[in-house]
Amino acid sequence: MTSKIKEELRCDHRIIGEMVSRGSKVLDMGCGAGELLEYLVSSKEADGTGVEISEQAIYQCVEKGLSVSQGDIDTGLKEYPDGLFDYVIFNQTMQQVHRPKDAIQEALRIGKTVIIGFPNFCYIKARVQLFFGGHVPLTPSLPYSWYDTPNLHFLSIKDFERFCSKENIVIKKSVFLCEKKEVKILPNLLALNAIFQISRG
Amino acid sequence: MVEKKKDKAGLGEVGTKYFNLPDDKKFVLESGIELKGLKLAYEAYGELNSKKTNAVLVCHALSGDAHAAGYHPGEKKPGWWDEMIGPGKAFDTDKYYVICSNVVGGCKGSSGPNSIDPSTGKPYGLSFPIVSIKDMVDAQKELVEHLGIEKLLAVCGGSMGGLQALQWAVSYPEMTFSCMPIATTYKHSAQQIAFDEVGRQAIMSDPAWNGGDYYEKEHPSAGLAVARMIGHITYMSNDSMEKKFGRMLKKEKLGYEFSTEFEIEGYLRYRSDSFVKRFDANSYLYLTKAMDYFDIQKNNSLQQTFKGVKTRFLIIAFSSDWLYPPFQSKEISKALKMNGINVTYCEISSEYGHDAFLLEFEEETKLVKHFLENTKKKLEKEI
Repeated sequence: MTSKIKEELRCDHRIIGEMVSRGSKVLDMGCGAGELLEYLVSSKEADGTGVEISEQAIYQCVEKGLSVSQGDIDTGLKEYPDGLFDYVIFNQTMQQVHRPKDAIQEALRIGKTVIIGFPNFCYIKARVQLFFGGHVPLTPSLPYSWYDTPNLHFLSIKDFERFCSKENIVIKKSVFLCEKKEVKILPNLLALNAIFQISRG
Repeated sequence: MVEKKKDKAGLGEVGTKYFNLPDDKKFVLESGIELKGLKLAYEAYGELNSKKTNAVLVCHALSGDAHAAGYHPGEKKPGWWDEMIGPGKAFDTDKYYVICSNVVGGCKGSSGPNSIDPSTGKPYGLSFPIVSIKDMVDAQKELVEHLGIEKLLAVCGGSMGGLQALQWAVSYPEMTFSCMPIATTYKHSAQQIAFDEVGRQAIMSDPAWNGGDYYEKEHPSAGLAVARMIGHITYMSNDSMEKKFGRMLKKEKLGYEFSTEFEIEGYLRYRSDSFVKRFDANSYLYLTKAMDYFDIQKNNSLQQTFKGVKTRFLIIAFSSDWLYPPFQSKEISKALKMNGINVTYCEISSEYGHDAFLLEFEEETKLVKHFLENTKKKLEKEI
């Protein structure tokens, strides 16, 4: 992961932190080494738990005092009862699951609110690279080449909004980011990353 | 420098102690039979703190005993989990009071088929009642209470020890603040029962076994050795055996005879020969039976079994363990999570098979050490 993304993610953490109310029960799907969870536990007194596929990341989470389960997101969601969590978070991981629609529906089953952060495929520089460069775009939020990307799905802010409307999912809040700054106008063109807070309609 | 020296020293010399259940207390087994004169061999390392928030119970596996760490006077080999228990180790004896007792039904100082039946003055043999994993746990509970501990910070164990740890959380959730089942399962499967049965049949078909009555005669060593060999095969993985032995020969070339020719044959014989010197054949029957009887669900679903449990869990499985495969641990993890119980689950990638729980210290330490530290903070916060 480039340092640029890390910075971007840290900004994500702050915004996600603002979306999470104090003392709530949080599940982070694809929690990595547990940086976001640790932040939510320490700054928001969250009762946090994570799901993560990497064994090495599990050790880092346990070292941070976090509870975490090794497994993948697609099957991991099915291991929790209805409404157990106040928040289910997919921070930069939803585009990596096999069936995002199923994952989001499962997340809405086990959590009252779902927070999803993802890279915007229709960021202006990506559009330019695609149109004029004639290659798959490489941007700070989508830094991987086609042959080694963990991302399985590419979507824009507009795509996600359409999906929510079609699936009768309520968008409670959305924040758009470009290089640590919030984007207020034309987000589908100017934002590198989007963070949505959604719930069932 | 000081750290290093301390580390090397480990626990140093340790000794086994004995707990006898007071005569006014009855010990009734799951079968309904009363076991008279319950005795448990145990060892304890470290100091119990004044708030009694640092007691950890370690449960041993089939061939283990109370001697989990440190050295017995004059012995060259340390206890069976010495790499994990001691000053500065995963179970840091500078911080925790670590207890390990020989299970009831065992043969290393606790009541078992080779101990003396008070009513006859002779070893029990097969007149020793059948014990279950729950009976082992019930006996441990008596010991823990005798030591003045109301709540265990953690109960931990691998393999058969893991069955006990799970049983603790289900039978005595209030006393089990956290639970660490390692390389284990929630019920013995047909395959696990099958391997145990072959082991038992090997012992019982040895004429020296004599219906379990052999203590004053020749012991059924040949039968027990075969049982141990089968066990050993199930503890390793195809990869680890291939790497360690492959088709290596003990001699230069094939002898076209039925002597020990392959290295793996020699290894199995060597390991089983050393095992029969330290283990009782009847105990092997009793303990494998107890494991085969184990099904934590009883007539319930696994999810229902953990209802109301508040214990925190750290579950560890090993990728190449085909005797207690990771999917069984995952099932436990899932059932706990469905109850909203705090679980950490990790599958350590290892090629050592089931034996990994006795070999992958570095990874286990990473998990156990931090989990325990964090759990202790949580317990102290609650109190």
